[in-house]
Amino acid sequence: MIEDLLKDFGPVPALDGRMMRVLHGISLKADAGSVTTILGSNGAGKSTTLACAQGLLRPNGGTVRLLGEDPYGASPALRSRVGVMLQDGGLPPSLRPIPLLRHVASFYRRPADLDALIERLGINEFATTSIRRLSGGQKQRVALASALAGNPDVVFLDEPSAGLDPQSRQVVFELIGELREAGMCIVLTTHLMEDAQKLSDYVYIIDDGRNVAQGTVSELTAHAAHETPAQAVTFTARAAMMLPALPEHLTLAEASPGHYRLDGVRSPGDLAELTTWWTREGVLPHALTMQPRTLEDVFLEIADKGNNAN
Amino acid sequence: MPTSMQAAPAANAQGTLRRILLQGRYETLGMISNGEQLVVAVVLPLMALLGLVFTDLLKDVAANPIDAAAPGVLALCVVSTAFTGQGIATGFDRRYGVLRFLSTTPLGRAGLIYGKVMAVLVVLFLQVLVIGGTALLLGWRPAPAGIGWAIALLVLGAAAFTALGLLVAGTVRPEATLAITNLAWVLLAAVGGILFPSTRAPAYLQPIVDLLPSAALGDSLRAALITGTGSVSGILILLAWTIIAGFAATRWFKWN
Repeated sequence: MIEDLLKDFGPVPALDGRMMRVLHGISLKADAGSVTTILGSNGAGKSTTLACAQGLLRPNGGTVRLLGEDPYGASPALRSRVGVMLQDGGLPPSLRPIPLLRHVASFYRRPADLDALIERLGINEFATTSIRRLSGGQKQRVALASALAGNPDVVFLDEPSAGLDPQSRQVVFELIGELREAGMCIVLTTHLMEDAQKLSDYVYIIDDGRNVAQGTVSELTAHAAHETPAQAVTFTARAAMMLPALPEHLTLAEASPGHYRLDGVRSPGDLAELTTWWTREGVLPHALTMQPRTLEDVFLEIADKGNNAN
Repeated sequence: MPTSMQAAPAANAQGTLRRILLQGRYETLGMISNGEQLVVAVVLPLMALLGLVFTDLLKDVAANPIDAAAPGVLALCVVSTAFTGQGIATGFDRRYGVLRFLSTTPLGRAGLIYGKVMAVLVVLFLQVLVIGGTALLLGWRPAPAGIGWAIALLVLGAAAFTALGLLVAGTVRPEATLAITNLAWVLLAAVGGILFPSTRAPAYLQPIVDLLPSAALGDSLRAALITGTGSVSGILILLAWTIIAGFAATRWFKWN
């Protein structure tokens, strides 16, 4: 649980040696048996928030409680209940993966079944290679395994799906799902909307060190004022058609030549607006799809608002 | 749960010690399986020992060249392992985020540092066996009265140079750590009172050299092992460096 977290970096030479505030009061909470995602673009403050939650950085304000304790300078007893996967790995390059995992597991009171974990993440395939020579995706798998080696109650995963090929990604996602079922508290960061949407029970969107939106995936993708989630209709037709006048809640745009997108569709009547226009233009579109609002839409809307406010 | 509450501190202390030993073993294996580190830790000191025995560079220090050479080479081993080897390893571990990652495990920051100290002491012990053994074969006869002093000096020297190595590794880029610790190794060996008595340094450098931990270590080891004389001032200088560098490293060490 994090409340009103403030973090300054610096002194920053570019600001005449003043401190630069990177987190302006982040608050969030993660429960056992769920996946809590911190979503934000690069530089939004995701990793800094995690580092404060893990006790790697001392916050300049606010409170952080990890399993009820202050994680900064936490006792070994607390750390033995927490697993961490860092974004840049944090793995010693000269070691081979399995001796490293055994070493990490040896610090914990009741470590995970390492053989099963190694098998599951396909680490045997490259067991004789030193970490230095592993591909990005292989390193990610070793880093994930080392976060889980201690069989923790809480696990922090900083960009767990970065650099993974589709199969490994599938395995990692399934594993995260199972750990959640087993009651683990999983906190992850990502800038990939699709991953956040697939994995998360609860999402915090942060931008420029502030909370900007939060909720379950369905809460976030539903429009606040309406029961039915808005959908987007995309279709392909003749390029540069004259766009019609539409009711206010609908937005129609030609995203790229010949590719159109109508946002805010909630009723058959909204679709009728489209077909009326097509009839008038004498156009039969192809590649017509309807999709519910995705997290990406939510995220882009928020980013847009932020830009307009500036 | 009164029973578990009473048992907990003992179990925790035991767990902490166990983790430090595990980390110490891991760091030790890392040090002795690294080729470059072995060169600095064993091969170069052995070459220095042979070089000093078969030349007359130390003929005014003791009657028997090996008696004059061995203490300085043992001092060189301390700088190799505690400062140069350990500093470079820590610098690169910091770059790769290994320190950050391990400090989130139950080992923690303190456990990491104690593990490194343990590895330095174990490797130093092995160096003393190899270098001391070779010297004994070459006819070295250390003064029995000085052996206790020598052990204290080696341990304290390891503490001072480990703290200095951590200070460098924790504050500058690993490439700079590599350059600084290697350059310091050469300079301290040649003119810092390690291999040659500090009185050999140029007169204008004398006051500075006398206060260096290298001179305190080298000169005091020579006094202890050649004539059996204990050097309180050497011990005090090393202690001061340990405290100052330890404090500075605690204050300025950057984990990321």
